[in-house]
Amino acid sequence: MLKQTEGSKAVAEAIALCRPEVICAYPISPQTHIVEALGEMVKSGELTPCEFINVESEFAAMSVAIGSSAAGARSYTATASQGLLFMVEAVYNAAGLGLPIVMTVANRAIGAPINIWNDHSDSLSQRDSGWMQLFAETNQEAVDLHIQAFRLAEELSMPVMVCMDGFILTHAFERVDIPSQEQVDSYLPPFDPRQVLDPAEPVSIGAMVGPEAFMEVKYLAHAKQMQALGLIQQLASEFRTTFGRDSGGLVRTYRADDAETMVVAMGSVLGTIKDTVDEMRDEGHKIGVLGITSYRPFPQREVRAALQNCKRFVVLEKSLAVGMGGIAATDVRMAVTGSGLKGFTAIAGLGGRAIPKASLHRLFREVEQEDLAPVTFLDLDRDAVNKQLEREKQTRRSGPIAENILYDKGISSTAKFG
Amino acid sequence: MPYQPVKFYQTGTFTVGNRLLAPDERSVQSSRMRSNSINSGHRACQGCGEALGARYAIDAAMAASDGQLIAVNATGCLEVFSTPYPESSWQVPWIHSLFGNAPAVATGVAAAMKVKGRQEVRVVAQGGDGGTTDIGFGCLSGMFERNDDVLYICYDNEAYMNTGVQRSSATPPAARTATTMPVGPEPGNVFGQGKNVPEIAMAHGIPYVATATVADLRDLEYKVRKAMSMHGARYIQIFVPCPLGFGTASHDTIRIARLARETGMFPVFEAEHGEVTGVLKIRHKVAVEEYLQPQKRFAHLFGKHPHPETVARLQAIADRNIRKYGLLEKESD
Repeated sequence: MLKQTEGSKAVAEAIALCRPEVICAYPISPQTHIVEALGEMVKSGELTPCEFINVESEFAAMSVAIGSSAAGARSYTATASQGLLFMVEAVYNAAGLGLPIVMTVANRAIGAPINIWNDHSDSLSQRDSGWMQLFAETNQEAVDLHIQAFRLAEELSMPVMVCMDGFILTHAFERVDIPSQEQVDSYLPPFDPRQVLDPAEPVSIGAMVGPEAFMEVKYLAHAKQMQALGLIQQLASEFRTTFGRDSGGLVRTYRADDAETMVVAMGSVLGTIKDTVDEMRDEGHKIGVLGITSYRPFPQREVRAALQNCKRFVVLEKSLAVGMGGIAATDVRMAVTGSGLKGFTAIAGLGGRAIPKASLHRLFREVEQEDLAPVTFLDLDRDAVNKQLEREKQTRRSGPIAENILYDKGISSTAKFG
Repeated sequence: MPYQPVKFYQTGTFTVGNRLLAPDERSVQSSRMRSNSINSGHRACQGCGEALGARYAIDAAMAASDGQLIAVNATGCLEVFSTPYPESSWQVPWIHSLFGNAPAVATGVAAAMKVKGRQEVRVVAQGGDGGTTDIGFGCLSGMFERNDDVLYICYDNEAYMNTGVQRSSATPPAARTATTMPVGPEPGNVFGQGKNVPEIAMAHGIPYVATATVADLRDLEYKVRKAMSMHGARYIQIFVPCPLGFGTASHDTIRIARLARETGMFPVFEAEHGEVTGVLKIRHKVAVEEYLQPQKRFAHLFGKHPHPETVARLQAIADRNIRKYGLLEKESD
């Protein structure tokens, strides 16, 4: 059914259609609206049978999900940013135990400085945790990916994160097609766990494993993600059959056929990028787009295939590998190793910094000319950075960094130090 | 073979041989039908109090739940010695996730059972004092506050024994651990304010809180059975001496546990909804020296350079426990 609705509300409705049996909730912006809506559905009896548990931390949220999933219940939670970091030990544990939990990550920056706005630092920090990570470009795709995520997770008995841009998607009202219960039921069968805690058939889950078998257990997680590369495509194609629209998959290209320059990105920024590319195409630029939906597993072959006919590419990413450059860019470059392609990394939109079309026009032209550093920072205020570096050179007690930068940028009127 | 007299009563305890009791009064452990939840072959040290406590507790919980039990384990000695891959001592469905999340995992298991309409399946979570009073404390308090249907059992051996005897918030003052060495003017652990988790559990107003020791195994079984007769969050802290960490002989585990209770160092009581409903009385009060001296972790308080003032402070703690919980049979004793 078509609806004008908030991204979070749409996702909550999609989750409810997946018949989750245990939902653990801990508030952190910008995912709160999702669990709030689910809580109301459980409380009112609209979503039943389902246990909605208000836990005392994100660490507990993931831990409750570990317990409920191991006991055979379809389990869901949502988090973001600091919350994801607070549950990291349990995030790895859920993957190590092979529990098919589905979690929404409403992507948000990581402090300090504390910042509630969107970038991809949070989920990308968990790229090696063993969780699969699917990135939604639109709210429609966020809805669809959650439905696919439960199938993917339960088929492989591995957890899945569905990543959607905090605020940009979670709080945006737009038209979304919410599927019917019958459609979802025909696509997503009831949870049939591979391992379950049951007095009728006692098993020990989570035994200690020494050097003699640890590698094999860990390799299995990798092997399952390699299997997922095929399964994700299959699930997307079945999804098209049942729901009548394209959603999910590994990667998606846009106006890429004769492109000499390709822009690679994940998430909602693909919308702005496509608009910019449309405008540049109108002006005769041969430029196209590669959107990555499945970040883990990383579809190396598909990325390579999508880029092999271009001359150069730029990975525009909302994350930063401090001391290195890009995170997703490193993966993309790995995928095209030996191809001789010229690759650039553009770090953009950290902490919610707007990524306007004008800046993208400028960046993409520089990429076309191959006239930029291997790693660039879109719309970075170099003056403010240099002022702070100079201050630190001049004064030993140069004071808190964030406060100084705010002063230098004229946002705060007093600087206490330097 | 040396002559061994047959003892029906052990002096100074309420222990009575099962053979003198009617069948329905006998302990779970004396029954051939006991579940052997944690089976032989595990790798606990000789004289391990925790292995003994866990065996009695989980078998009693199994008996009370008619075998419908799922156990959740925090990281620690019990987890490590019972499940060295690919072996497992557990005859019950069992899960180990992390050090600090056993109460939350148990909440999840209980929620799953509820949502599936299998409320006959009961959930026990267990961990050592480190996993309970320190790193798992947040999750424990959350589980209490929500009154989730979980019995949490803390096997308290008063330090992080699995990692090599480091101090926990349950380590008594003056005790030697690897991180509170018996050096300097105030050797051993500091005299802090302590962290009385049974009382903190009571402050949550949960249906049942109890303490027990491995010297009073019938009392332990009774408390587990009682806890299992209730629903909601329940907490039992069992004093389980650790020969390695305490520096005691393997055959002294029961004796040390008994002395902990008889000195008042470890008060044994039960409480319902935040109110103490019963205590295990001390019949013959024992001075703390008798409890401290056999333990190498307190050796620096005695010997060539004794610290009688420290022993006196420990005696004061024991006396306060005795007063507070009314542990003496007669106050005039």
